[in-house]
Amino acid sequence: MSTSTAAQMRSRQSGIVVSFEGGRALNQQLRAMGLRPGVSITKTSGQPLRGPVTLRIGSTEIAVGHRMAGRILVDVEK
Amino acid sequence: MKRLLLVGNPNVGKSVIFSRLTGARVIVSNYPGTTVEYTKGKAALSGESTEVIDVPGTYTLTPTNKAEQVATEMLSQGDVILNVVDATNLERNLNLTLELLSTDKPVVVALNMCDEAAHQGVQIDVEELEKLLGVPVVATCALSGEGIKAVVSRLEEARPGSLPHDPATRWARVGHIVEQVQRVLHRHHSFLDNLADLSLRPWTGIPLAFLAAAACFAFIRLIGEGLINFVLDPLFDTYWLPLMERLSVHLGPGTILHELLIGQVTPAGQINFRESMGLLTTALYIPLAQVFPYVFAFYIVLSVVEDLGYLPRLGVLVDTIMHRLGLHGLTIIPTLLGLGCGVPGVLATRILQSRRQRFISAVLIAICIPCMAQSAMIVALLGQYGVAGLGLVFGTLALLWLILALAFKRFLPGEAPEIFTEIPPYRLPYPRAVAQKVWLRTKQFLLDAIPFVILGVLAVGVLNMLHVIDALKAVLAPVLTHVLGLPPEAITALLIGFLRKDVAVGMLAPLGLNFKQLVIACVVLTTFFPCAASFVVLLKEFGVKDMFKASVLMVVVSFSVGAVLNLVL
Repeated sequence: MSTSTAAQMRSRQSGIVVSFEGGRALNQQLRAMGLRPGVSITKTSGQPLRGPVTLRIGSTEIAVGHRMAGRILVDVEK
Repeated sequence: MKRLLLVGNPNVGKSVIFSRLTGARVIVSNYPGTTVEYTKGKAALSGESTEVIDVPGTYTLTPTNKAEQVATEMLSQGDVILNVVDATNLERNLNLTLELLSTDKPVVVALNMCDEAAHQGVQIDVEELEKLLGVPVVATCALSGEGIKAVVSRLEEARPGSLPHDPATRWARVGHIVEQVQRVLHRHHSFLDNLADLSLRPWTGIPLAFLAAAACFAFIRLIGEGLINFVLDPLFDTYWLPLMERLSVHLGPGTILHELLIGQVTPAGQINFRESMGLLTTALYIPLAQVFPYVFAFYIVLSVVEDLGYLPRLGVLVDTIMHRLGLHGLTIIPTLLGLGCGVPGVLATRILQSRRQRFISAVLIAICIPCMAQSAMIVALLGQYGVAGLGLVFGTLALLWLILALAFKRFLPGEAPEIFTEIPPYRLPYPRAVAQKVWLRTKQFLLDAIPFVILGVLAVGVLNMLHVIDALKAVLAPVLTHVLGLPPEAITALLIGFLRKDVAVGMLAPLGLNFKQLVIACVVLTTFFPCAASFVVLLKEFGVKDMFKASVLMVVVSFSVGAVLNLVL
């Protein structure tokens, strides 16, 4: 296990969410989508040039901007 | 009258259930935010007349954007809540359910998309879920109509939740419920799952996007041209033309009635449906035989792509480029809708979060995106010159779109927020739902277009008779000839462009313009002002002040581009 951000993760990598900090509104939206510490997520894709990152949380798939993805800390499975 | 609110996460099928309950036909798609404003309908449920309200989707009752705010405000006005839950995504959906159960409103839960859940190997114990939630739970498959009757019959049993409510432990409670009622069988990745992943990864996604665009384009051309050449032209020529020729002789060319109904005929007395400009000739031929086939084909493609769930993925793929232009990836959705018609295009800008983003997207649609009616006429007019002519017109519009986007980025303060959206799974479009949507949209086009086309053609006739156009020609001739290189007669087309773009482009046909003039006229007509219908929607969305500024911008941009084309071509 090693901690990295959702932006740094490779596609198809999974891990456990440690924390995220995106400002009040965004945190609320992320939580409503099921993102919370302790949940397992998989990175499904990342666009080049600091483009959006897509994450799967359970059966929900979401797209977040690169900046936000950089603030989601994940314990990555090796 | 009792008020029933349909409440649930985005993209769980609330609008489909709404259609089923009320019989009203509404547009549903496979992406979050198809319903941005609430829709009302009436239904007789268990003999009681009920007002049914389709509330925009929301993930939570603590609103984070405009659609969610609408949803939360509406809650207080409802008598009964029908909470629509996506069975394939139970955990996330139950979070909202528990929030709803902590209000004092009576709730019934419709566990929707049960067929898809079963298909994905998700088994849900409905009875156990009902016991745990303490309110009626009914399994439904809204697309096929399964379970809707059961929902209606159980509405009377709706009751407020009795669970203790503590936001801090809500997810834990949700997890506990899911553990007890849901079993997920292991399932291999299906073809659609693999395709879903491939269409998001850049190295496969971008080629796939180009492939999809090419396929859509080819399909629209095939169906559009096919319908015109093999169905509609023969119908008009064989059945309608002889009738009109008889009427023409009967009325006598030159009389007022002849001018209005038939329009101009050649010295030999021949009618040309494209150029005559009569109410029974051109006003019918343009919308029905020239524009309808392409609109119909476009809406088939759009509806399939929407229901498949491709559009949010496309939004993610283009987001990087769009942000460089100061736009948001999801801008692609209203823009694509605008290729069909500006009205739904402008309305769809509501899926964007900030007003600035909505305004920029809408103005770009109004200036640079030709609607399908207009594109069809441009193709009819310039098609004879092949790729060169069409490439020049559409290429200029694309370039202009880029330049304007960058100008907005530079001069309109603010920035595009980062993308944040749910990506729905790919779903095989349900043929009946697609057919219904195509029918709804095509009908809307015909209902919207024909009155304006008739009005446009009538206006030409009346203006001609009153010699208004001659007066305007005298005044504006210098601008048209010197700046744009167009003959003074083109002023009529520009005037009609305020009403209806397809007729306006059609009016260029009899002017005998050369290649260069046709290109300039088509570009100027597209950009200089939105048609009446689009303008009304823009006005409603953005107010008089901003639309005044936008209108000045349109006119300036349009004539500048026309002038530049006149110089370089």
